[in-house]
Amino acid sequence: MTLILGIETSCDETAAAVVQEGGKILSNVVASQVEIHAQYGGVFPEMASREHVLKIIPVVAEALQTANVTWCDLAAIAVTHGPGLAGSLLVGVNAAKALAFANDLPLIGINHLEGHIYANWLQTNGAPLAEKEFPLIALLVSGGHSELVLMRGHGDYELLGHTLDDAAGEAFDKTARLLGLGYPGGPAIQKAAEGGNPDLHKLPRAWLRGTYDFSFSGLKTAVLHLTASFEGKRRLPVADIAASIQMAVADVLTEKTKQAAGQFGARQIILAGGVSANAQLRQTMHERAPVPVHIPPPKFCIDNAAMIAAAAHPHLARGELSGWNLDVLPNLKLPTRHGQAPA
Amino acid sequence: MPLVQNSIGVSVPLISNPHVLDLISHSAAQTQRFGARMGELAHAGDLFCLEGDLGSGKTCFAQGLGRGLGIAEAINSPTFILANEHRGGRLPLFHLDVYRMQSADEALGIGLDDYLADAGVCVIEWAEKIRAVLPAECLWLQFRHLGEMKRGLLIQAFGARHEALLRAFKTSAFG
Repeated sequence: MTLILGIETSCDETAAAVVQEGGKILSNVVASQVEIHAQYGGVFPEMASREHVLKIIPVVAEALQTANVTWCDLAAIAVTHGPGLAGSLLVGVNAAKALAFANDLPLIGINHLEGHIYANWLQTNGAPLAEKEFPLIALLVSGGHSELVLMRGHGDYELLGHTLDDAAGEAFDKTARLLGLGYPGGPAIQKAAEGGNPDLHKLPRAWLRGTYDFSFSGLKTAVLHLTASFEGKRRLPVADIAASIQMAVADVLTEKTKQAAGQFGARQIILAGGVSANAQLRQTMHERAPVPVHIPPPKFCIDNAAMIAAAAHPHLARGELSGWNLDVLPNLKLPTRHGQAPA
Repeated sequence: MPLVQNSIGVSVPLISNPHVLDLISHSAAQTQRFGARMGELAHAGDLFCLEGDLGSGKTCFAQGLGRGLGIAEAINSPTFILANEHRGGRLPLFHLDVYRMQSADEALGIGLDDYLADAGVCVIEWAEKIRAVLPAECLWLQFRHLGEMKRGLLIQAFGARHEALLRAFKTSAFG
């Protein structure tokens, strides 16, 4: 029975979790700072790292206690070492090093993006841990990422495309701001879009044909011009525009994923990252995908440590451990098939 | 010196002022080309401060800068992560976005001083938010929406090195 303690502090959630065999969640503790940062319209890095320092030890202790395990039951400690905010990553990595050293446990540095992908291997509804069938297409969408990845096996990633400008979550944050909605933008737009008509205001889609890349900055500019056209004339139809924004984003993400699944003969599509919690995207993907779609429940789409422990499981099995010199890498990319992606 | 209203509605010295350049871009691609030309001419330690609304072309210009420096990888908006480092070009490019900062001091928390002291080119989006902690010597670029595709771009050079950069840019662009 392999138990891994996962630690995640890459952004504004202090999280720790104990996961068995890379799938069974024994505990999953997340201390969110979202309320602290909401007043800044985003994460305020200096404050985030201070909060991590205060929360890390209690969060780890709670994860062990809830799982009803002690240090000697663990097989390894896994920690996010990038990408993310440097000051935030440092807290988790140093805590993990100290805890691993003191308890004589192996240390495994995990790529946060790999973690999001492995949230799909978590057993979340009591069903037996389903083995994902390769090849599969993973759509990774969050505040800082929009990536389409081909996986031919565990730890085997080929980056098919990525955003050329704004990430999908960033497009939600920025357009939410244009509509006078709150932060974070994704949930705010989803709420505002309820009852809205997505077909009333046609917003552009950047298809970038012949590539699997995304671009969302044109959407932001179109929303800016659309909102400006109402200024001083009539009340801004927030619900309709929010619905159009969601549909425009979901449309492009779904179609590109579908296309990739077809080209590479994918047997499955998986979604990962905070934006995959978006109800419109989930619905559109399920409706249109040609192969089975797996999306983690929303609470495992956002940052958590269970996904870090899950991602560490195949690394531990292959004996891929980190040294005490494990460093934080704020700009870390997903390791691709042909070695590290160009830095 | 007599003042004129420039394309973004600010009173500035006449266009004959060698340290000011008033441009109009007609497309995102053109804004990128302006950036690329700057990137080709930039030296280590150069600082580009970008000011302007959402969608006015700041990230586009920064992408051009990267291209001009010979950086092959994609230059995405760093709004979420606040700062991106791009190496692999003629010089490193430090791309900061301080949109979400409430006060200038916060910029120091993301390592602004380290980026400015490093031997690379630094580009800061929403620079007006942290004006108080920025060096006096820089290239200050103001972007404004003039139409669906059209953007006004006012460039002002501060300090001998950035004045020389703007001079070189004018020569390179207009002969």
